[in-house]
Amino acid sequence: MTPGRFGDFGGQYVPETLMAVLHELIAAYEQAKQDPQFQADYAALLRDYAGRPSLLYYAENLTKQLGGAKIYLKREDLNHTGSHKINNVLGQALLAKRMGKTRLIAETGAGQHGVATATAATLLGMECEIFMGREDTQRQALNVYRMRLLGAQVHEVTSGTMTLKDAVNETMREWTRRMDDTHYLIGSVMGPHPFPTMVRDFQAIVGREIKQQILAEIGRLPDAIVACIGGGSNAIGAFYDFIGDESVRLIGCEAAGHGIPSGQHAATMSTGTLGVFHGMKSLFCQDEHGQIAPVHSISAGLDYPGVGPEHAQLFATGRSECVAVTDEEAVHAFETLSRVEGIIPAIESSHAVAHVLKLAKELSPEQVIVCNLSGRGDKDVAAIARYKGENLHDG
Amino acid sequence: MKRIADAFNGKKAFIAYLMAGDPNLAKSAEYILAAQEGGANLIEIGIPFSDPVAEGPVIESAAARALAQGTQLKDVLAMVASIQDRVHIPLLLMTYCNPVFVFGYAKFFARCAEAGVCGVIIPDLPFEEQAEAQVHARAHGVEMVTLIAPTSQERVAKIAAEAEGFIYLVSSLGVTGVRSEITTDLAAIVADIKRHTSTPVAVGFGISTPEQAALYAQVTDGVIVGSAIVQLIAQHGEHAATHVREYIAGMRAAM
Repeated sequence: MTPGRFGDFGGQYVPETLMAVLHELIAAYEQAKQDPQFQADYAALLRDYAGRPSLLYYAENLTKQLGGAKIYLKREDLNHTGSHKINNVLGQALLAKRMGKTRLIAETGAGQHGVATATAATLLGMECEIFMGREDTQRQALNVYRMRLLGAQVHEVTSGTMTLKDAVNETMREWTRRMDDTHYLIGSVMGPHPFPTMVRDFQAIVGREIKQQILAEIGRLPDAIVACIGGGSNAIGAFYDFIGDESVRLIGCEAAGHGIPSGQHAATMSTGTLGVFHGMKSLFCQDEHGQIAPVHSISAGLDYPGVGPEHAQLFATGRSECVAVTDEEAVHAFETLSRVEGIIPAIESSHAVAHVLKLAKELSPEQVIVCNLSGRGDKDVAAIARYKGENLHDG
Repeated sequence: MKRIADAFNGKKAFIAYLMAGDPNLAKSAEYILAAQEGGANLIEIGIPFSDPVAEGPVIESAAARALAQGTQLKDVLAMVASIQDRVHIPLLLMTYCNPVFVFGYAKFFARCAEAGVCGVIIPDLPFEEQAEAQVHARAHGVEMVTLIAPTSQERVAKIAAEAEGFIYLVSSLGVTGVRSEITTDLAAIVADIKRHTSTPVAVGFGISTPEQAALYAQVTDGVIVGSAIVQLIAQHGEHAATHVREYIAGMRAAM
């Protein structure tokens, strides 16, 4: 059995052709982790380029309006490129460069990871190719243009359901073709070992900052941390430093799409079963024959039929909780946060906000919720307008 | 009982792959028999999976067509069982880990044995992860074929030492599909493998022409052809039996 297990979950279920490059990556990452120079370079990029630490903001208007728990927003949306994705991307891109790789390839759903990867490639002088499902290139056209503007080549994926899972398939195929000079910069805590661990390590800064900031602000730990989960990178980043703090509820918000009874959703932990896909053993939305299910979410970033193995383990052991949020609830939260706080959240992050709108009312004013606002919503404005029946592209 | 080793007994093996359920399961049964008549020494029967990450577009499309026909793992097992008396060469199943895992390893290998299946290839279950399936395969006398790739290098020794059935040597980087040229030094990899095992080595990925079959049969124990046969079936649909038989006879003759 390979390393990188979280209980029953994880592993390295990939074709033999990729095993050598995974071992190369494990060795390089272990070495980099111990190297003060690598850590210093990474910390400097996060500070000087990404703009860390990100703010922890007390959402006073929203708190007052709901009349329940105090709500703090971890402002990952204020990072350079507009989401938490940059944390992981800068880490992996530096690592790839150190390994002598000259080309980065990546999948993207909403386009935030693709934009972050294209950005890091430009910064570090590397080539960049992004794979994105055709359905997503249409609903996230702005991000496609951003990636091209940044010098990346964007490949439209037309196989399967033409969304995030198919983009992952295609990027894996490309990596199998060419790995000598190429690093596959996986954007979430998924895939074969070492990705779930490595991506978590690069995202864990989010939770470390939350802990410092909230202790400085209120002198104690929060009662709950709420984050959206597709593959789960922003959620594991926010959760990781609190796993040992049993008093802190860790709540992941999955995409319930048109509602779980409709069958059109991406609520992997709520409804999924154990399987082996995309290099890992984890929970997946699949049929009784082990065929991966076509999933649906208004949010391209959550429109994925699997979840990272560490989340599957946290959920299986009862350490984390999971709720499912519909498209409609997410859009309502998108509008609410925009109007009440003047902050337009990404539609992915709006799933977490939607749950906070409910949870805050259930908790008392002495209690504290931290919501990880993983990305900003500029990219979603056109799609939400369309959802509301308004077309911004006419004229 | 048939064994994988029979396919390599004193000869170079021609190994044919086809996707079960494309264009339908009844036709797949007919094409397996046609491949046998054409001179195939072993046949790999693909079970369709929704997301075949090691496949190029030809086999990926075949899997999508088979799934659209409703073909699932249990149906393929039933089809194979129904023709086992007419097949005198070893049959293998090839699919991805998830359909097998969800079906249940123990039940899957028991059904394989009942259907007369000699071996199984699961490309996304590499050497290190294989134990979870292999314990059940061994319990039912089904052999698990392992793959060695051009990138395997220092992994060759341990994979070869424990190999059973045959070793599937992946000719090139990348996914399945026809290639005009294979640049890997296959002879060197085969020599390396042979230092660690007497298990036969067959090469696949990218082979489609009699010239390639002749060339690679010289340096290996067998040649595997998938995409070219799947493409023939895609082209001729329900009328592919003669084409499959003649194509394989031509490849066989060249080796």
